Amino acid sequence: MQTDQHLIPHAEAANQFIKDEERTDWHDQTLWFVRQKRDKIAHTIPEWEDLRELGSQIKNHTLSRLDHYLAQFEANAKANGVHVHWAANAKEHNEIVLGIIRKHSPTGIAKMVKSKSMLTEECHMNEYLISQGVEVIDTDLGERIVQLRQEPPSHIVMPAIHLKKADVSDTFHEHLGTEKGNNDPQYLTEAARQHLREKFVGASIAITGVNFAVAETGGFVVCTNEGNADLGVNLADVHIACMGIEKIIPQQKHLGVFLRLLARSATGQPVTTYSSHFRKPRRQGQEMHIVLVDNGRSTQLGRPDFRNSLKCIRCAACFNTCPVYRRSGGHSYHNAVAGPIGSILAPNLDMRKNADLPFASTLCGSCSNVCPVKIDIHDQLWKWRQVLMAEGLAPASKKVSMQAMATVFSHPAVYRLGGKIGRWTVKNLPFLVNNKLNPWYTQREMPAAPPESFQEWYAKNRKK
Amino acid sequence: MSVRDSILAKIRSNNLTELPLPEIPFFNDGRTDLLARYKTVLTSIGGTPRELAEAETLEDLIREVYPDAERIASSVPLAGIPLVTISDETDKATLEAMDVAILKGEFAVAENAAIWVPEANMLNRALPFISQHLVLLVEKDKLVLNMHEAYEHIDTESLSYGVFIAGPSKTADIEQSLVIGAHGARSLVVVFL
Ligand code: SF4
Repeated sequence: MQTDQHLIPHAEAANQFIKDEERTDWHDQTLWFVRQKRDKIAHTIPEWEDLRELGSQIKNHTLSRLDHYLAQFEANAKANGVHVHWAANAKEHNEIVLGIIRKHSPTGIAKMVKSKSMLTEECHMNEYLISQGVEVIDTDLGERIVQLRQEPPSHIVMPAIHLKKADVSDTFHEHLGTEKGNNDPQYLTEAARQHLREKFVGASIAITGVNFAVAETGGFVVCTNEGNADLGVNLADVHIACMGIEKIIPQQKHLGVFLRLLARSATGQPVTTYSSHFRKPRRQGQEMHIVLVDNGRSTQLGRPDFRNSLKCIRCAACFNTCPVYRRSGGHSYHNAVAGPIGSILAPNLDMRKNADLPFASTLCGSCSNVCPVKIDIHDQLWKWRQVLMAEGLAPASKKVSMQAMATVFSHPAVYRLGGKIGRWTVKNLPFLVNNKLNPWYTQREMPAAPPESFQEWYAKNRKK
Repeated sequence: MSVRDSILAKIRSNNLTELPLPEIPFFNDGRTDLLARYKTVLTSIGGTPRELAEAETLEDLIREVYPDAERIASSVPLAGIPLVTISDETDKATLEAMDVAILKGEFAVAENAAIWVPEANMLNRALPFISQHLVLLVEKDKLVLNMHEAYEHIDTESLSYGVFIAGPSKTADIEQSLVIGAHGARSLVVVFL
């Protein structure tokens, strides 16, 4: 599993990824296909742009009164019989979770099933719990696949998108005893279903993430297609839900806006199969816990230029549309959340370690155009570059990362498309079409010409 | 200071100006063909919409769609079909052996084919997910256009746990190939009554 010790910069990792041309092309095209599905379904909703604006405004409002809504949420959750915990950072989060588990299974191996949660990835919770003798089973199919391979997810919605059928078949053959060479997705999925049913029935603790937490009701919503969150939670004695503090929304009716945006933006579906509203524990002595995690979010809230990255609803539309993500793969970002939004969130957590990420972008702006909550993603990437350069953290970076980008885009696969090159350019490098002179840093691609000099801007905006 | 208080204090120390909270319109497009729209969407996501034919009973329909089902649970009485009794107390082994669960949905949402199923309708919280197949019953006049309208119909006071269910369980995690029947129900039939 990728750890800080062997962290490979994005440019280098991207170069590794594109060595397998066929796979790179497949990755690129598959994600573009998901992007097109998103476009197609968005166009069937006449009020789509209104919904994006509403989503953005609701989140902006919430962030401006986050302390109020968190306190309201806590009070209501407690009134519902839910235990509420607060964690300042990843370490505290992991220790709280272990504490709850140990209370229920003081000795022996505690069995736990887990549905998708990017927060627990961010906190490296699995490694920690496993080292403490807890059996942690990821139950989302994609996450289970990468867990068996001891890899991190490469995409926040499609965790195993970097793998082909044959890879999954090999992994399942090794771990689940499926037929060697049987690459049929139906067969492989059925094998995982049988294997994981056993785990669901055997587990006493279930962990889920949280898509939206509603201050007004003290409840929260978890969205899945597989049904793994509900199956795990409803069979377990203890439900632990882990969430970043930015997941709060004020009222239940606001879910209407976000549930209309989320799945359409993520996969082009009208809604996820299950949108599960958890509010109170089951009557027969089930325990429900919510862990509210800061881990740098209150710091990001204090950076005016990056604050609104906290609006993110983790749909991954910005990944699917990003020409760099599509051709470099999620693992090259060495962060739990990859892609354009991950490149904004990661430097907030550790500027030095993640200094390469804001450079892993062409600043083409496609991410900002698809974002369902209107985060100005490419502007923020540009602003991070300025901060990092001023801090002396950009590792000869402009040059290096531009070279890497040039490698990614001048890759032979591009030329093989021959007559399709024009269309490819429009799709992947939209800015080239309009800007013939300086494709990387051009007036148009910048967030508008800065009205003040960079030094002035930086002096004003730097967090001391 | 507790962790809670220090997090809240840190948030407050940013001294943010409150931004306005918008009103949410209903976005009613004035069309009335909700049932037809519902059926189109449900079919597109792998579910099966049904209405009872002339002289057909719900029992007939269940027997026709699931001829081999042996262990059936239902929240409505079904004449002539032996049912497994499921409650909050039912053990995991019994739940896991269920072939078909027949449950009432409160209302259906035309724009995305979701059906609202609150805990009170589930017999057991795990049943709609652990049963191999799922049948949801909805009254024809309980159709709403979109999610904005849907939330107007949810009784927040009594809400303990409830799920919008849209189609059968599915995954595309293996090379983006769609497979129906991931962990939850392998099929979903929505019967409009
Ligand atoms: S930044 Fe926007 S597009 Fe990207 S994952 Fe977050 S919500 Fe989706």
